Amino acid sequence: MTILVGYLPTPEGEAAVDAGLREGRLRGERVIIVNSPRRGAPVDERKISDAAGTELLRRAREAGVDAELRQPLHDDDLPGTFEELIRECGGTLIVIGLRHRSLVGKFILGSEAQRILMEASVPVLSVKAPAVRAEL
Amino acid sequence: MDISPILDGFGVVLEPANLLYCLIGVIIGMLIGVLPGLGPGATIAILLPITYGIGPVSAIIMLAGIFYGAQYGGTITSVLLRLPGEASSVVTVFDGFALAKQGRAGTALGIAAIGSFVGGTVSILALTLVAPVVAGFALDFGPPEYAALGILGVLLISSVGNGNRLKAIIAACVGLLLATVGRDTFTGAERFTFGSLNLAEGIDFIPIAMGLFGLSEILYNLEERHNQVHSPAKVGNVWPSRKDLGQAKGAIGRGSLIGFVLGVLPGGGAVLSSLAAYALEKRRAKQPERFGRGAVEGVAAPETANNAAATSSFIPLLTLGIPANATMALIFGALLIQGIQPGPQLVTEHPDVFWGVINSMYIGNILLLIMSIPMVGVFVRILRVRPAILAPITVLITLLGAYTVNNSAYDIYLVIVFGVLGYLMKKFGFEPGPLVLAFVLGSMIENSSRQSLLIFGGDPAGFLTRPISGTVLALVVIVAAWPLIRKALRRKTPDRVEEKIT
Repeated sequence: MTILVGYLPTPEGEAAVDAGLREGRLRGERVIIVNSPRRGAPVDERKISDAAGTELLRRAREAGVDAELRQPLHDDDLPGTFEELIRECGGTLIVIGLRHRSLVGKFILGSEAQRILMEASVPVLSVKAPAVRAEL
Repeated sequence: MDISPILDGFGVVLEPANLLYCLIGVIIGMLIGVLPGLGPGATIAILLPITYGIGPVSAIIMLAGIFYGAQYGGTITSVLLRLPGEASSVVTVFDGFALAKQGRAGTALGIAAIGSFVGGTVSILALTLVAPVVAGFALDFGPPEYAALGILGVLLISSVGNGNRLKAIIAACVGLLLATVGRDTFTGAERFTFGSLNLAEGIDFIPIAMGLFGLSEILYNLEERHNQVHSPAKVGNVWPSRKDLGQAKGAIGRGSLIGFVLGVLPGGGAVLSSLAAYALEKRRAKQPERFGRGAVEGVAAPETANNAAATSSFIPLLTLGIPANATMALIFGALLIQGIQPGPQLVTEHPDVFWGVINSMYIGNILLLIMSIPMVGVFVRILRVRPAILAPITVLITLLGAYTVNNSAYDIYLVIVFGVLGYLMKKFGFEPGPLVLAFVLGSMIENSSRQSLLIFGGDPAGFLTRPISGTVLALVVIVAAWPLIRKALRRKTPDRVEEKIT
């Protein structure tokens, strides 16, 4: 049984990894860190380099969690990419970071996080970046 | 040598407007050099209509800037992402990316920029010295010589270029055929017009170039599935160490020479010279096994050579009026649009264009050297744009541009027709380059050979008795028969093994 952690190199992504690793140790489950760049452009700044990936896995080892990094490409269907991973690895939980986005922003640009929350077939744990938490 | 027109040329370049166009040209060149897919040929084709609105000197300065700027830009992605932005930077990938993996991406980029600058500058210096001499020699050329040179040009371009020889010749023949469409200038008879008034005017160069180079390249690239996304690479120190420079010195020198010589040859150009320079360095090296694992020479040689070649390929265009490669054919077309016939008269009739363009390259190379080292990160940002967003915008600009030339929707249809034709040609392995070149040279060949027949009183033997046209025609025969000659030679020496580049 596996926990999927959606990760992008942002404060929200870091928060998601922290929460995912805590959850992994608590439940004694394997963690898959998903860093999925969008297909199309030759370079995506949200895809992390090999060195950053090794650093993430080192953090997981320190936390005593068995972790793996996956970097599948996604097109217009990020929730679908998560569903595939859930089917493939027997996922039990998705952990993602949420950032603030206004109603208008959501209306125009949509929100991948919202779609994951609505469409995922397993429970979703959503966390906020530390700075946002402090403000509230 | 009279030096005052050269100095006047600098005066032309240093006008603020021309400096600005030079800067715009090299920046666009860098950007599209970084983008895989969109090459300098396509960009120049798409921007041809813009050159209508600006003066000839500024227009050609800008287009030339795009051409050599792209040679700088192509390096960046080769080194950082193992993704050659231009065909002429393909060999740079081997050692450039290997250096980047060792954390020396900055060194590779720095060496490439310095090599490009040296290669370009050496080539411009040689161009400054050689071009007026060639042009002076060619002033004696009459119609028969031009006819012969045109035929040689078409033949060389279809046989020296990369790819299938037969297919290139077929493409060239289609280009020659298209050049005959329209009202005959001598007799007024209509040829291949099928009763259409639009065709009676002949087919314009702009829609053909925009379709075959611009639209077809966009269509072709859209089809490619991008299954690899890279994380953004960091570039550290870009100043190469003294040791690296020492290692690259010889390669830069030899690369400049190879690039200059191969750039002048029709069908040669930047791609061929970068391959040749890399192969030479590898053969000369004491430890050839270093190549492919991050040899500084492996970056310096091809990058120097492709810039030198990009510059020297202006020689046949500016002095003889014969474009040496497909991109030069587009610049040839741009000059024609401005009402300037490229050829030996250019240096005397339009010294501002001739020296303005040549001297702008000195400035452009300095601008590129300044920009390419510290601003790599800025240019790499364009790679974050998805083709799904970039392609429709480019198509829109292309079609809008095609329309504005004559304010006619017919031109838009022509661009689309030639865009689809070019796409299909690429799918089936035909290069559009020979077609466009043959189209450009076709009307020149036809006009000058008919003029010469009038001079000779209808006797074609006249072509052979004039010394220059006779020599050129003999060269035509040699080039045409070269594959047979080579086969015969190879049969005598069966042991010789063809050396491969990698």
